[in-house]
Amino acid sequence: MNTPQSGTNLFTPLHAWHLQNGGKMAPFGGYEMPIQYSGIVAEHTATRTAMGVFDISHMGRLRFDGPRADQLLDHLLTRRVLDMQPGQVRYSLVCNEEGGILDDVLVSCLESPSGKIYFLLVVNASNKEKIVHWLQPHLADFPDVEFHDVTESTAMIAVQGPRAVQVCERLLPPAATKLGYYRAKVTEQMSKPCIVSRTGYTGEDGFELIVRSEDAVRVWENIFLAGREHGVLPVGLGARDTLRLEAGMPLYGHELSEQIDPYTAGLSFAVNLKDRSFVGSRALAGKSSGASGAGPSGVKRVGLKVEGRRAAREQSACYSTDGQAIGTVTSGTFSPTFNQPISMAYVNADAANVGHRIEVDIRGTRAPATVVELPFYKRS
Amino acid sequence: MSIQPEQLKYCDSHEWVYAPADANGVATVGISAFAVAELNDLVFMALPSVGQKLAAGQEFGEVESVKAVSPMYSPVSGEVTEVNSGLVDRLDQLNADPYDQGWMMKIKMSDPSEIAKLMDYQAYQKMISQHG
Repeated sequence: MNTPQSGTNLFTPLHAWHLQNGGKMAPFGGYEMPIQYSGIVAEHTATRTAMGVFDISHMGRLRFDGPRADQLLDHLLTRRVLDMQPGQVRYSLVCNEEGGILDDVLVSCLESPSGKIYFLLVVNASNKEKIVHWLQPHLADFPDVEFHDVTESTAMIAVQGPRAVQVCERLLPPAATKLGYYRAKVTEQMSKPCIVSRTGYTGEDGFELIVRSEDAVRVWENIFLAGREHGVLPVGLGARDTLRLEAGMPLYGHELSEQIDPYTAGLSFAVNLKDRSFVGSRALAGKSSGASGAGPSGVKRVGLKVEGRRAAREQSACYSTDGQAIGTVTSGTFSPTFNQPISMAYVNADAANVGHRIEVDIRGTRAPATVVELPFYKRS
Repeated sequence: MSIQPEQLKYCDSHEWVYAPADANGVATVGISAFAVAELNDLVFMALPSVGQKLAAGQEFGEVESVKAVSPMYSPVSGEVTEVNSGLVDRLDQLNADPYDQGWMMKIKMSDPSEIAKLMDYQAYQKMISQHG
């Protein structure tokens, strides 16, 4: 079912559905993924006003079993894992010994129906091979931890938007739809096993579901049936990007890389240094966050609202109003919600205060921009 | 003016050009319905100035959608004689009618033989059907 039929791209279990339903496909993270169906703005707006349904099966899903799985992960992740209880989800980073970011991940502590406790790590598609390779020597140190890459045997579906709870109440047991934010549960969808978590990457309320590959199309179609009165749309990676950007969420390869440390990225909340030793902890202990909130590199991740209609996209240079180079845009788009171009950028700490006015180079023309609070969008 | 897609010549970068024999060597240029549909959600357009000299294949403007920026290339060489400047504020017109209301510039051709090198309607349709 997941056999690639062209080039080297893998297919998700929903690939045929995307093709049959107007998905415009493109390679992403090793998979051929839907970039859009009806259009980025329509899909974005549906997610903000009703509900969007996303195939995110390209994300890597790594399972860790065994009584020392928590110790292994506590050694690998910047976020404390040892105190995690079944049902908890945490956002964490994976760093190298120098404190550079290898990936940003969600780690879940789950309890199977038979009472077995295990951990699930959801990693970026584009980083999965790197992370699995990097894991190997650490796994060798914990021979009693069972590791399985379950990406190919499962599918992952996000349902996001103000109608998500209402729609999911028709699909999932109450214990699943009543989950708190960043909580997860192993449950069932129409007697198919399903991991539900109250998480997302859009700035909206909603859930992410993990099901077996063979159940993916059934569950996906059930979601549209349950949501058909609510203007629910399938959403591609194009709108997933505009949604996460409005929500101020970093994306690996843009705001995050091995050259960026968690403090510079503004993600100090995801680093628990106290009484812990993990890969990169020694380097990170030396990179304390400055008073300005800037990282040790002297730059800070900011949001920009750009004047005019043209977006300042990745790699656009940032300048002070007197023409000094002060930073670089990492992501930019035209925001469907604000009807205005928005960007995220790394700029020098002294130019990073909210309200500060700068200029961005858009293919040779300087456009005025203002530093604004992140996230751009907060749901009411 | 009523321009029909079947009458036009096309570049592989999706610009069309209309150069009837009675136009005194003035060609009208725009982008195809396929290109407009692919771009989707247009937010910005830049067009050249009257008097600007362009070589065939030279960038004459850009269209920007939510997703990306796409340069537009002149199908022929010559001097810009007229620009549909109102279009930049009515991008919905480009969606509705890319061939008539959606024309972008008129160019006095310096080498009308360049037209013969472009694709006709059938060849262009074949190209975009293969594109997916």
